[in-house]
Amino acid sequence: MAALTTVRGSLPVLRRLVSMQCLHKFCSSKVLKAPFVCAPYSYSTTLLQQHRFFRTSYAAAGPILPFKLSDIGEGIMEVTVKEWYVKVGDRVSQFDSICEVQSDKASVTITSRYDGVIRKLYYDVDSIAFVGTPLVDIETDGGQAPEEDVMETPALSQEEHTHQHIRGHKTQATPAVRRLAMENNIKLSEVVGSGKDGRILKEDILNFIAKQTGAILPPSPFQEIQPPPPAPAAAAKPQEKKPPPSIPTPIAPRPVFTGKDRTEPLKGFQKAMVKTMTAALKIPHFGYKDEVDLTQLVRLRSELKGVAESRGVRLSYMPFFIKAASLGLLHFPVLNASVDEACQNITYKAAHNIGLAMDTPQGLLVPNVKNVQMLSVFEIAVELNRLQTSGASGQLGTADLTGGTFTLSNIGSIGGTYAKPVVLLPEVAIGALGKLQVLPRFNAKDEVVKAHIMNVSWSADHRIIDGATMCRFSNLWKSYLENPASMVLDLK
Amino acid sequence: MALVKKNSTLKEYFEDAWKAGIVLKSASTDVFQNLALEDWIHEHIDVQQRSALLMWRNSSAVVIGRHQNPWQECNLNLMRSMGIPLARRRSGGGTVFHDLGNINLTFFTSKKKYDRHRNLRVVTGALKDLRPDLDVSATDRFDIVLNGVYKISGTAAKLGRTAAYHHCTLLCSSDRSLLSSVLQTNCKGIKSNATPSVPSPVKNLQDEDPSLDPSAIMGAMASRYCAEFGFDSPVITVDPSVEQLMPGIQKMAADLQAWEWVYGRTPKFSICTSFMAEGANIGLDMDIKNGIVEKCAMDIPHHWLPPEVGKELCSALMGIRFCPSEVAAVVAALMRTASRAPDLAKKTQSLYENVVAVM
Repeated sequence: MAALTTVRGSLPVLRRLVSMQCLHKFCSSKVLKAPFVCAPYSYSTTLLQQHRFFRTSYAAAGPILPFKLSDIGEGIMEVTVKEWYVKVGDRVSQFDSICEVQSDKASVTITSRYDGVIRKLYYDVDSIAFVGTPLVDIETDGGQAPEEDVMETPALSQEEHTHQHIRGHKTQATPAVRRLAMENNIKLSEVVGSGKDGRILKEDILNFIAKQTGAILPPSPFQEIQPPPPAPAAAAKPQEKKPPPSIPTPIAPRPVFTGKDRTEPLKGFQKAMVKTMTAALKIPHFGYKDEVDLTQLVRLRSELKGVAESRGVRLSYMPFFIKAASLGLLHFPVLNASVDEACQNITYKAAHNIGLAMDTPQGLLVPNVKNVQMLSVFEIAVELNRLQTSGASGQLGTADLTGGTFTLSNIGSIGGTYAKPVVLLPEVAIGALGKLQVLPRFNAKDEVVKAHIMNVSWSADHRIIDGATMCRFSNLWKSYLENPASMVLDLK
Repeated sequence: MALVKKNSTLKEYFEDAWKAGIVLKSASTDVFQNLALEDWIHEHIDVQQRSALLMWRNSSAVVIGRHQNPWQECNLNLMRSMGIPLARRRSGGGTVFHDLGNINLTFFTSKKKYDRHRNLRVVTGALKDLRPDLDVSATDRFDIVLNGVYKISGTAAKLGRTAAYHHCTLLCSSDRSLLSSVLQTNCKGIKSNATPSVPSPVKNLQDEDPSLDPSAIMGAMASRYCAEFGFDSPVITVDPSVEQLMPGIQKMAADLQAWEWVYGRTPKFSICTSFMAEGANIGLDMDIKNGIVEKCAMDIPHHWLPPEVGKELCSALMGIRFCPSEVAAVVAALMRTASRAPDLAKKTQSLYENVVAVM
């Protein structure tokens, strides 16, 4: 039993070693294009020794049987192999899918006839396979005879395990299931089959074992990370019943962590962001933070929300923040500028294309609303809705994502109060908005009142922007939001 | 509407009732839900002793076959702008355009009783029941042609271990101009071994005879099916969104909509194309496997743009999905650190936008 347990545990090793061997074979034969995952070549001698030990103990390796492509029907003689679901070295059970073939507009899933390990694939993808010729070679587990039509008659008459007590009636189970029962000393007749016609499936054996030992077996021997067997309650109880007097608390068994680190190269958007952020942090940033009292804005928005919805638009606070920023930029155009790489020339951008950091399936993207200086708050809300829908469905285009001149990041919608945002090139300023909190504040009459407070954190390029400019811009932006009526005076 | 035992699933209903045959009609016009319904019936209903017919229609959608290449088969840009979804079915065959003027019929049988010609005789028979002098016939490629020329139906099939299904379309009153514009690729230079579609001239049945509308045809199909297979079944309407009736169907519908299935299942292909950008002819060469860019090379005139720009773009595209929004996100990030000298910036932007347009 112990030997077989080791066998199970080292099957992933065998699989890799086997595929390594086969890779050597195939490099010379050039039969297959072989899109296999190449096994790493560096294996220590201990593993090879284990392999040798494995070979001698795994005496039950059965014959390698060719699995022929059976008749598809309609007199079809040849098919095109379209997709392989297995590769050499994979273990398959009876009825597992092996490949997908296509003939004359019909797509056929070919399932395995045997349990075993795939030893050879006879066809490449897109090659023609003939009915009646071998499709794959399967190294079966000992005792499986090549049956003609196993798919149609699940009850196999071959039986090599003589010490199964089958009381008079035939229990239906595949050879793999029978072997599993035998290894665990289970009588098939005692197991209730949940398959068709009372057939015993692998799950039934596993459930039977679980009930007996109270343990949950690992689902498959081929996973890299073995889930630690949870300390069975039955085992823990005896410990608790008689606590040793010197030790105050029972010691729980330490789970063994067999997880592995995973390294992968950075690609696509992540890779591009590395470059963007590296360049951005070369800019000397300074930060400026402040608190904004949005009590009046909250009231205004709740009044206007209904009107917007009647026009089919969801109104959040962002359109107000964006419009107020644009009004501020009219007075401080340096914040809507851009410098060249050598920092020799500054370009004052005419359009206010205000970007909004958005969390999408692709990552944190910053689409921008174009020409905010020409848009009303409602029009900004419409555009934001469009960008949000596109962002959520992964359909933002280059036009939406490029050309921004100033950015606002509403990180507060997820959480946080103060932030230290990084300027997004080629812009020179950015603002991060914290979450809207309800806090007590003193009003003009020295009374404590409920106020809706939001914190804003600005960052700017200190090479061309000074603290005073940022401060005045922030104060102006803040005054528009704290007293929304004043926005009406300056609206363009 | 048949009475269903409370809390029973569709499978239980049919097996309890020991019906020899069922005629079903889907209440949904969502292509993914209907494809999921087909999958669900194929996997769960025992067809060894019985058979089933499912009739369904979808609102505008393009459906490609299991092993096809969507970039090669349809105009993805046009579809995106019109909001027409793309679905990949599990059966083989070619690309079709579905809308409410097209009826889909799926014949479920055991693998032993799989017989496409017999099913198509039901279809032509039903049409002739409605209009006896209608010239419709099935070809040996399993198409149905009207007046010997116009294709009104295409076929595809899926065979599993013990069960099979054969489905076909039927053009009643489809939008033919939309059909032809959507089923034309906008991508040049694709080299692939994916199953190609065979285009044919098409015609709507309703153009031939205005009385042949979808509901009349579906009624005739149901009667003819029952007559051919020898049982009597009412047409039962099934709503694929009811999870309780068909446990697991919502997950099937979600799997059918996943990018990995719709685009990622495309057989390996390469694109070798060129485009004009700001007066220069740019060559683009990409290999795509499982929908992911495996190889990317660009031929950019050296005097037009510094070679590092092209190399950086290719490097950034490696390993990402061949998808316009993913590429747009990448190029937008690259734009931020691109040269800001006006002419170089313009060229870089044009290059990036054209690359996105290729997807």
